[in-house]
Amino acid sequence: MTDPVLRLKRISKRFGTLLANDDISLELGAGEVLALLGENGAGKSTLVSILFGHYEADAGSIEVFGQPLPPGQPRAALTAGIGMVHQHSTLADNLSVLDNVMLGTEPLWQPWSARDAARARLLRTAERFGLAVQPDALVAGLTVGERQRVEILKALVRGARILILDEPTAVLTPQESEALFDTLSQMVAQGLSIIFISHKLAEVLRVSQRIAVLRAGKLVAQAAAGAVTQAQLALWMVGHAIELPGRQPAGAVGEAVCVLEGVSTAALGRDRLDGVSLALHRGEVVAIAGVSGNGQVALAELLSGTRTASAGSVQFLGAALVADPARLVEQGLARVPEDRHGVGLIGDLALWENAVSERLPAAHFSRRVGGMKWIRRRAALAHAQRIVEDFDVRGAGPLAPARALSGGNMQKLILGRALRAPGGRTARLIVAHQPTWGLDVGAVAYVQRQLIAARDGGAAVLLISDDLDEVLTLGDRIAVMHAGRLTAALPAAQWTRQTLGLAMAGVASADAAHGKSIAEAVAP
Amino acid sequence: MRLDKRSQASPAALLLAPVGAVAFTLLVSALLVLWAGAPVGRTYAAILNGGFGSLFALSETLTRAVPLILTGLAATVAFKSRLFNIGAEGQLYGGALAAVAVGGLHGGAGLFAAPWLVFPLMLAASALAGALLLLGPALLKARLGVDEVVTTLLLNFIVLLGVSALLDGPMKDPGAMGWPQSVGLAPELELSRPLAGTRLHSGLLVASGLALALWLVFKHSLLGFQIRATGANAKAAAFAGVPALRTAVLVALLSGGLAGLAGAVEVAGRTGYVTLDMSPGYGYTGIVIAMLAGLHPLGVLAASVFVAGVLVGADSMSRVVGVPTYIADVIVATALIAVLVATLLTQYRVRWRRAA
Repeated sequence: MTDPVLRLKRISKRFGTLLANDDISLELGAGEVLALLGENGAGKSTLVSILFGHYEADAGSIEVFGQPLPPGQPRAALTAGIGMVHQHSTLADNLSVLDNVMLGTEPLWQPWSARDAARARLLRTAERFGLAVQPDALVAGLTVGERQRVEILKALVRGARILILDEPTAVLTPQESEALFDTLSQMVAQGLSIIFISHKLAEVLRVSQRIAVLRAGKLVAQAAAGAVTQAQLALWMVGHAIELPGRQPAGAVGEAVCVLEGVSTAALGRDRLDGVSLALHRGEVVAIAGVSGNGQVALAELLSGTRTASAGSVQFLGAALVADPARLVEQGLARVPEDRHGVGLIGDLALWENAVSERLPAAHFSRRVGGMKWIRRRAALAHAQRIVEDFDVRGAGPLAPARALSGGNMQKLILGRALRAPGGRTARLIVAHQPTWGLDVGAVAYVQRQLIAARDGGAAVLLISDDLDEVLTLGDRIAVMHAGRLTAALPAAQWTRQTLGLAMAGVASADAAHGKSIAEAVAP
Repeated sequence: MRLDKRSQASPAALLLAPVGAVAFTLLVSALLVLWAGAPVGRTYAAILNGGFGSLFALSETLTRAVPLILTGLAATVAFKSRLFNIGAEGQLYGGALAAVAVGGLHGGAGLFAAPWLVFPLMLAASALAGALLLLGPALLKARLGVDEVVTTLLLNFIVLLGVSALLDGPMKDPGAMGWPQSVGLAPELELSRPLAGTRLHSGLLVASGLALALWLVFKHSLLGFQIRATGANAKAAAFAGVPALRTAVLVALLSGGLAGLAGAVEVAGRTGYVTLDMSPGYGYTGIVIAMLAGLHPLGVLAASVFVAGVLVGADSMSRVVGVPTYIADVIVATALIAVLVATLLTQYRVRWRRAA
């Protein structure tokens, strides 16, 4: 390696009892892509936050281009040539691309704005790295991939020589990811250095020269990308072998449990449904792929009883679906919402209250005395305890606030609440939206196995996911969402990553999902 | 200085927080007392003595606490579900007027019916009046997203001006020599006074009973769960099937009703009629009490007695050492800020760092 451009020396950071970074030393060479690999909670984000000055390390120091970097000052990190591209867009929607790139670069008291110079600089940088942009386009109208390009340009225009990308492919289609990788290789060819954060093994091997693996705050391994296999990386990352469930095709598929016909919803921003038809049958998993923000939230909420359709019909168990969560749950609907902190659980309330919150009005958990319903605390606590045991929820007792749980345990609690009804009734329909997002590999495997088990027990499962691996592994039939429209749900074998990616980008229409039509769509 | 969030408040901090808050309050108020040129020790002793020092002082404090408990409970119910009801003052006056309308008009003979019938009617009318005053803002918020802080606050002025008009018009007491004062309540409707020679009335039992009942509702009823869930995370509550509109309506009826009852209990227990200055801001002080109590119904009892004691004690203190009674408002306000900050700090770890 040539002289390192960045040197992290013995960085440690503690949050309460959690040692988020434990004595980490790392170097980054000029023109190098270093992948930072680790599960959620391994300490990747903490490490780059220290590097970028959001946090101050408890111990250790940082050198950039041979100069010590003052801790805890994002501005100093910017000046030193460190640029950060966050996972979720930090651009202002109501401003143009140029405005966003210029934002914060000029002093507030400067009475004029050097727009022309900034525009020239933006275009020059864009050309140099092959990143096409329109400076005057409004950010609100850009796709997720285009926004990310603007974020990268924003960092480059500010003179970044070291670029940190935090899970950059999480929101991209496979094709957009490939385009990003090409951009990255152009950037390193011109001498930039890149830290690429990810938990996806394949893309880490594809894009980086060197890989550093974090686990539970420690740097457990470093290796050249050419000298290591996915299996070895997985072992380092998790610490022990965990097998994700493989493809387990459905057995006999039963009658339709839920049928949508021409369903549309009112638009909330970009999120809406536009003439969606879909049938969900007993004993099969229908997986919905798509880049998030294309109507998945509308679909999940519609079937969870928290949103109503503006057109079309939704049938559940042979009757029109009524937007009343308590009643739907009583009828056998199991729901796993996308946002487990904000929607799934009420963090300030006790774990046991969260475990029964959907079913409290039912006679099993409350009785009517004097015109009011009173909670049967003992029955509720017992049911919560059963969920905690059956679904292995760890980290807090039933009386502790639910917020004390880790993400994985929250998800187990939500899953347990949805799947475990008092009296042993099983779920008829499961609506799971991003059920494994942000979980560690062990929890992912657990959640996926539970969904497969529920399907084999006769439930219809609707899985909405950004994660193509998950969609391809679990989906018996797969449909793709784009701009509120849904393709036909075809058997998984009829899809490839390539065709899924094109459908996610909106290239293929519903009937063009077969290989032949795709080929026409791709042809110039 | 830097604040790091703790995952759970430490037990030691939870114990220390109120102590520290009280110490801070006494310290800040002491500076003002010194500024006024009075001896700090004697001033505090006079406040303590005036608020709690004798049976009479205690009875005055408890009498003052009654409306504060009710408005404090009103704020507690509403704030617990994140309905920020700033309109308890107006609801209190609405309740007081309704009480007099049922129990005082018609030549002071009530509704020409036996007191055992009119008395509950009177209470129901006052609760209903307060509830209806909050129902509008609550519905506007639930259906149209109108900020309830603005609507309830402004309704206070509307109600007060309306009361003023009524006191000079149809409800004016002809025997009050031109004072804007309502007709009086029928004497048999007034609350009993168990301690001879004091103004303490049985409204204290009503208020304490309601605090206990509210605590039970919060802790053990489905409605209590729905109120807490809505306040803690409205989106998650809706997802779990809590009916948002129904909960909002019930909260409004409960909160407004409690504030309206405060008006009836004041009229029936203390004044006997409605005047424009019958409440020195009980509705607003109720908010302070609810926050001091950490939105806990039983805590409201303690906080009301504390605030009432300081207010009553400051009256007699100012006669002894000459510090203006406004020091009571300063003490209560400082205590509120100190408690809020102290509670917040229990969830953080404070770190001091060297200047970079």
